[in-house]
Amino acid sequence: MPGPDSEAAAVRDASLPARAKIAVTAGRVAAALSQKAGRGSGSVIGGKIALRLDPDLLATLSDHLDVVLVSATNGKTTTTRLIAEALRAAGPVVSNALGANMPAGITAALAGGSEARFGVIEVDEKYLAGVARDTRPKAIALLNLSRDQLDRAAETRMMAEKWREGLQDTDAVIIANADDPLVTWAASSCRKVVWVAAGQAWKEDAWSCPSCGGVMQRPGDDWFCQDCGFRRPQPHWALQGTHVIDPQRGAWPIQLQLPGRANLANATSSAAVAAVFGVAPQVALQRMQAVTAVAGRYDVVQYHGRDVRLLLAKNPAGWLETFSLIDQPPAPVILSVNAMDADGTDTSWLWDVDYERLSGHPIFVMGQRKLDLAVRLEVAGLQFHVVDTLEQAVRMAPPGRIEAIANYTAFQQLRKAVAN
Amino acid sequence: MATPPFQENPYQQQPPYPTEPPQPRPQSGRSQRMSESSLRLVWVYPDLLSTYGDRGNALVVERRARQRGLNVQRIDVRSDQAVPTSGDIYLIGGGEDRPQRLAAERLAADQGLVRAAENGAIIFSVCAGYQILGHEFLNDRGERQPGLGLLDVWTGRGEGARCVGDVLAETDPQLNLPQLTGFENHQGITHLGQGVKPLAQVQVGRGNGTGDGTEGAWRDTIFGTYLHGPVMARNPAVADMLIKLALDVNALPPADTTWYDALRAERISATRQPA
Repeated sequence: MPGPDSEAAAVRDASLPARAKIAVTAGRVAAALSQKAGRGSGSVIGGKIALRLDPDLLATLSDHLDVVLVSATNGKTTTTRLIAEALRAAGPVVSNALGANMPAGITAALAGGSEARFGVIEVDEKYLAGVARDTRPKAIALLNLSRDQLDRAAETRMMAEKWREGLQDTDAVIIANADDPLVTWAASSCRKVVWVAAGQAWKEDAWSCPSCGGVMQRPGDDWFCQDCGFRRPQPHWALQGTHVIDPQRGAWPIQLQLPGRANLANATSSAAVAAVFGVAPQVALQRMQAVTAVAGRYDVVQYHGRDVRLLLAKNPAGWLETFSLIDQPPAPVILSVNAMDADGTDTSWLWDVDYERLSGHPIFVMGQRKLDLAVRLEVAGLQFHVVDTLEQAVRMAPPGRIEAIANYTAFQQLRKAVAN
Repeated sequence: MATPPFQENPYQQQPPYPTEPPQPRPQSGRSQRMSESSLRLVWVYPDLLSTYGDRGNALVVERRARQRGLNVQRIDVRSDQAVPTSGDIYLIGGGEDRPQRLAAERLAADQGLVRAAENGAIIFSVCAGYQILGHEFLNDRGERQPGLGLLDVWTGRGEGARCVGDVLAETDPQLNLPQLTGFENHQGITHLGQGVKPLAQVQVGRGNGTGDGTEGAWRDTIFGTYLHGPVMARNPAVADMLIKLALDVNALPPADTTWYDALRAERISATRQPA
């Protein structure tokens, strides 16, 4: 949250009801204090205090905005950023660009919004239904669902069920990935759905039909349930190679600075969202080109004279997409895995990741759970070095740009180590 | 400790298995079958029961068998396929509540795993798979659903907090295994009948959740545990035990355990003294 003297905010605040005004001001003061105390940006604590003073604040703040919600297991921060860039073609945007995606963080971001026309909001999967109720969005983008931190999160199919129940009465246009059976199940009870064939490399969470439990048939890109007939909907938009295909069969080249197939998919979904607000795909895609690193992800940094690219992979689906974008062997690869609360404390998921695909890369293993990784790589038959620090890994690495892949808190530690 | 929904073993009157204490009993005949071709490692229903790294158990058994110069044929059986009856080692993993119900229904209809057990197959089950091998469990609809009855256990649902966290347990001395380390994540409370012995006694963690410190169950060559990690990655001696049973031998040629040992030492110490 910016300080209370922010001029634009003051103009907007004048139109807020008294209770909301007090809540927003109190939140700003708390955020400023927290920031002064050196506890990060203070936006989440500010949002928490503001929401406690006015539980309807999120609804009040989003009242004048055209709201877009973005949720998924993977890619929501990046896609939120891409959509925000695209919609800036049509008007000012407020967004929780730093990934604070629960109600307090969202409230803080919107309270900082000045004269915005659009609110582009990343939402944690678990909070989507509630945030959709409060913010009355015009559009909701649902990208993918897969296993993630099962020691504390709900089951993956239950998440789809929660979305389905929470969104069935929404007036929003749902932009949903038709290649993900769980997302399709979640979206298929909604009134207005734009289906996007955005692809999905990870298939291990949808072998059983989300509707009836039957065994899913998945020939090529298609999928269907033989028992109940639940099947992949006909997509309106599609990612084809490096092009977005629009509903009129127009093909638009995607030129991103962000790497990887997953980001081509994110751009395709973002173009479909932009079209809901009248922004043409060529305009939207051109604006997306400006996006480089998102919250440090994909950033190439200099460290001890070497180029190191920082890549975040939090779960098996994320690792799979990340392996497909790294430089070819013999590019050196650093893997770092932690198991703090924010990462999930069970590392069993390492065995769902095909580390065999790193064959040919010099591999360096670090992080709190480097020994779990070491056993995983040993069983995969790979050669690797276990190290204690990033510096050690970088000094040992053979020439070439280094790909550093880390899960959540390990990624934050890498950023800190390289002072990014 | 929450009160389990079932206080008494409904199967106590007519135990489906002889009630003499179980003995590790490598089945005669398997070794001949083994020598014919290769170690047949059957992974049951990865489409339903592979929620959290269960593939790791298959990978570790496969790897450690190959390191001993064995040919391994890994057979992943999807839940719309028949479970082969001629496997040497069967692995069945953990899963969410609905897939668990579906898996139990399909395994009961298929009967392949039951026939394999009758032939003396080695079966190692984890979490939801362990519950399915018992007489019954509570399914996602809150109904008591019959299991396969291959282990004399039955599972209700704990009323209290889910059992989540690292586990340390001393294994049944008869199995001659080192301390078990793993990660549990379940709501089930599994009661053991006379036809099985506990696989281990927990030092840290909840195990079967019955409050008596037992973890898992076994008889003959059929095993069940709540431990993930995966359990074979944290306890390669368990993988080796299954291979020994399949070969009908008491010892295997050595295979390197450097990284497993380092991981075990780290996890055992971290579990004893949580940060």
